Amino acid sequence: MAIIIGVLYAAGIYMILRRSLVKLILGIIILGNGANLLIFLLGGITKGSPPIIPGDSNVFLSAYADPVPQALILTAIVISFGLQSFAIILIKRAYQVVKTDDLDEMNEIDQDS
Amino acid sequence: MTQQLVIYPLLLQLFLSIILMFSWKKISWQRIISIVGGFVNIAVAIWLFSYIWENGTQTVQAGNWPAPFGITFVADTFSATLVLLTAISGLAVSSFSSASIVVARLKFGYFPIFHFLLLGLNGAFLTGDIFNLYVWFEIILISSFVLITLGGEKAQLEGAVKYFTLNILGSTIFLTAIAVLYGLTGSLNMADLSLKVALIENRGLVDITAILFLVGFGIKAAVFPLYFWLPDSYHTPPSAVSAIFGGLLTKVGVYAMLRVFTLIFVPDEFLINTILIIAFLTLISGGLGALIQNNLRKVFSYLIICHIGYMIAGLGLYTQVAIAGAIFYLIHDIVIKTNLFMISGLIYRIKGTNSIRSMGGLYSDNPKISFLIAIALFSLVGIPPLSGFWPKISLLSASFSAENWWIVGAILFASFITLIIISKVWANVFWKDKVELPKRLNFRYFHKLTTVKRSQMIGPIVFLTLVSLYIGFGAEQIQQVSSRVADELMNNQQYIDAVLNNNQTYN
Repeated sequence: MAIIIGVLYAAGIYMILRRSLVKLILGIIILGNGANLLIFLLGGITKGSPPIIPGDSNVFLSAYADPVPQALILTAIVISFGLQSFAIILIKRAYQVVKTDDLDEMNEIDQDS
Repeated sequence: MTQQLVIYPLLLQLFLSIILMFSWKKISWQRIISIVGGFVNIAVAIWLFSYIWENGTQTVQAGNWPAPFGITFVADTFSATLVLLTAISGLAVSSFSSASIVVARLKFGYFPIFHFLLLGLNGAFLTGDIFNLYVWFEIILISSFVLITLGGEKAQLEGAVKYFTLNILGSTIFLTAIAVLYGLTGSLNMADLSLKVALIENRGLVDITAILFLVGFGIKAAVFPLYFWLPDSYHTPPSAVSAIFGGLLTKVGVYAMLRVFTLIFVPDEFLINTILIIAFLTLISGGLGALIQNNLRKVFSYLIICHIGYMIAGLGLYTQVAIAGAIFYLIHDIVIKTNLFMISGLIYRIKGTNSIRSMGGLYSDNPKISFLIAIALFSLVGIPPLSGFWPKISLLSASFSAENWWIVGAILFASFITLIIISKVWANVFWKDKVELPKRLNFRYFHKLTTVKRSQMIGPIVFLTLVSLYIGFGAEQIQQVSSRVADELMNNQQYIDAVLNNNQTYN
């Protein structure tokens, strides 16, 4: 799990550093997934013990899966989904208007105006 | 009634956006609702501020879950001050944008998104939960993406790609930092984290987490190595949008830094040195960047970066006087930067260009407007007794007593550079002989606008200049506020007590 996260982060950052717009978006998506898995891992994975208190007691009897990381990941996934769909539309528009998908050629605003 | 006072600014903005969405096609309604909503927002913010000022820190527990488990909203003096400033700039910008933004943009939901942005800002200032802070950051980001791309001009889209990429990257790093922090402590409540982080044995890991937070917030606040997106994107959208971005968006990053590094990670020597180096380089590079630009709005964008350096320096010096100086500077900067970008929008309307070289003769044509702008520019430079002067005294005296000559030098250098830039702008834009510009067809020049539109553009600039003058001449009161904020930030026990030991329930 830890290795997968490392690979996802490395791949994501590598893709962001490329010049192509599409690879940029892919990189962002991969990096986001890496971050989500990281929350999952660091939240402490506990197998097969849902956080439910048995009816005849008031406290947890054994170690239980922490529900908070799952709530966090769910929120983060929803947010990153929204951002990614926005990003894809944005690069489509940018491609149509600027007529290039190479980030190095998007330098018109750096010109003196 | 007053128990949920903390979340009223949030609810107000949410309702405003919803109402505005229902009147999607009726632009004139939207203008009225937005401006009236702005006034109500100021009233609520003043109410909140005066209540906090008298009664101390207030909290609201969402869903009545006790403190470390549920999401907490906290309003201490710092949050309340920033909510008030957001309301002031928000009102000014909604009035300015109703006159200066073309109808085609307004038709595609400019005002609802603008109020969502204000909602996100208020939320980020008021929340007491680190993951909730992330969510508010995302609300701010999504709204700002829409505002920056609305209109879809070529330069806007190019700027938006850069703005988008770096801000998403910043959020991801912030999220990673939250993940590591949760793994270390098992808590998300900021007050609870403050207690738990102090107990962790593995200080190396804590430092790494702190650096992750620093990078995440640093991208948003546009500090030295991470600021490249800002001057590339802030001059592309309409100036009303730049005004709210320049005034408030980068300041959210500064707010988050001030909050996190006083409450959760009490800086050790390593962190303090890192922050100071960043502050030094930000002051120098922002100032030098502004010096060579020709586009008026790019000059102002670089000035934002340069002046962020002051606040970071205040945090880095980490004494009560320095933090008070940083807070004072923050208060001054939010007002003045919003005003600056509106001024640049006004100049653009009058002249039809953003290039400093091709401007000129503004003073002989419009002496009254020029006088107004002069006051704002002098406040920015910090000619005593105007508002930019007072926080610099605190910052300088703090760095003198810390015997940190590098920061003393950088602060003085940045002030001089600002003075040079402003005099260059003044000489070129206002005093130089008029340059004949080709008349642009279909461009709504300022003198062609109706009187109502003109007053809607001049009004907010007058309003913010008056606020700046008040900050300058009423410096004693502002200094009281910032000293109290600094006191609350440095002695964070009060914040922790207010969050964790509160037995307040919903009625």
